[in-house]
Amino acid sequence: MTSTTRDNKDNRRHRIEKAGAVIFALSIWQMGAMLLNESLLLVTPLTVLRRLLTLCTEADFLSAVGFSFIRIVFGFLLGLLTASLLAVIAGRFYLAEVMFWPFMVTIKSVPVASFIILCLIWLSSQNLSTFISFLMVLPIVYTNMLQGIKSTDTKLLEMATVFQVGWPKRMKYIHLPHLKPYLISASSVSIGLSWKAGIAAEVIGIPDGSIGEKLYEAKVYLSSGDLFAWTLVIILISISFEKIFLRLLNSLFAKMEGS
Amino acid sequence: MDIKISGLSKSYGENRVLKNLNLTFPEKEITCIMGPSGCGKTTLLNILMGLTRPDQGTVEGVPKKKSAVFQEDRLCESFSAVSNVRLVCEKNIDDKKIISHLDRVGLKESCKKPVRELSGGMKRRVAIVRAILAPSEILFLDEPFKGLDEETKKATMKYVKENTKGRTVLMVTHNIEEAEAFGGRIIQLKKDI
Repeated sequence: MTSTTRDNKDNRRHRIEKAGAVIFALSIWQMGAMLLNESLLLVTPLTVLRRLLTLCTEADFLSAVGFSFIRIVFGFLLGLLTASLLAVIAGRFYLAEVMFWPFMVTIKSVPVASFIILCLIWLSSQNLSTFISFLMVLPIVYTNMLQGIKSTDTKLLEMATVFQVGWPKRMKYIHLPHLKPYLISASSVSIGLSWKAGIAAEVIGIPDGSIGEKLYEAKVYLSSGDLFAWTLVIILISISFEKIFLRLLNSLFAKMEGS
Repeated sequence: MDIKISGLSKSYGENRVLKNLNLTFPEKEITCIMGPSGCGKTTLLNILMGLTRPDQGTVEGVPKKKSAVFQEDRLCESFSAVSNVRLVCEKNIDDKKIISHLDRVGLKESCKKPVRELSGGMKRRVAIVRAILAPSEILFLDEPFKGLDEETKKATMKYVKENTKGRTVLMVTHNIEEAEAFGGRIIQLKKDI
């Protein structure tokens, strides 16, 4: 009871500290913009907020958000599933791990811009962000999951062998609970990255009706207000999706462990 | 069918643990294996469970359906005691049956808590109930009552004794009183025999 009260107090204090830090940063931004007095170089946070509110009421705002969201999130989920599957195969067969290695190293080390330009030759710009976010997620999730699979408690696996536990139960009771922190950490890192890379792909590929196209237009028309407002939209969607996805993942694990 | 061990040898590097061991464990009886640390008791159980390969020798007659209490508890920490027992049981087992068994070893109140929240002695009892309820013809018990206080140990020993009738049991113990309480055969292993 005492510990819970102290935890609540600590949480409240952290929130107040964070809110204070954000207000401080916004004040610095506001003062900087006022000192520069050149909206092309740096707009004030208030201008960005006003522009954001206007954007929200525009007809194509939701369709642009929906366009980018569906493609980037689909790429992320596809990457998550594929990487998990490949990690399971690599964890089971050493030869597969060796065969996957050059692909993973290449994807990890090649600059995202090179991939985007290369993929523009192969794919239509409409689906580019899906493929790029898929590529960004793949090595991160694969590496994390493989590490998790390799560090599974062999004593528990021996126990399962002696009791002749079937693979569905092994997955539920031994593998999945062990992989939970690896999956959560990989998802947390790769969601942000998939949004960054996905939007970069849209800015280069300029698919019609995407957030990337809006950012490109902001650059062409030298509209700093639009650039900042759309950036804020991307950050908000990315963080919200990350929070919702991780909460969903945690509740799925909690449900599984409670069953 | 009795379990027959012939010419069993096992070494870990330079350390020879078992040397030309010949033994018979009678079916549906309790056999207690005793001996000093490092004489190969756990290695012998691991070979019989199929977890370790012997360097030489043969093992015959080990039933397919096995259950065990290992030296460590080997429980799934994020799951409850009931779930841990359910893991090794047949699909149609009733939770009430599991809870009644956990109750008999004094774990009714804690049976729904994640195992990681239980004490060492409680975890040990969950591991014992798991081994008892698993559908098996043979039980391997490696120092099953380790870490239990005297009173809990007595109650748990009674529970194990009552629930292993008609099953083959191989129990490793350091405690002669435990071995005698079960009333079965006692085998004394010596170092480097």
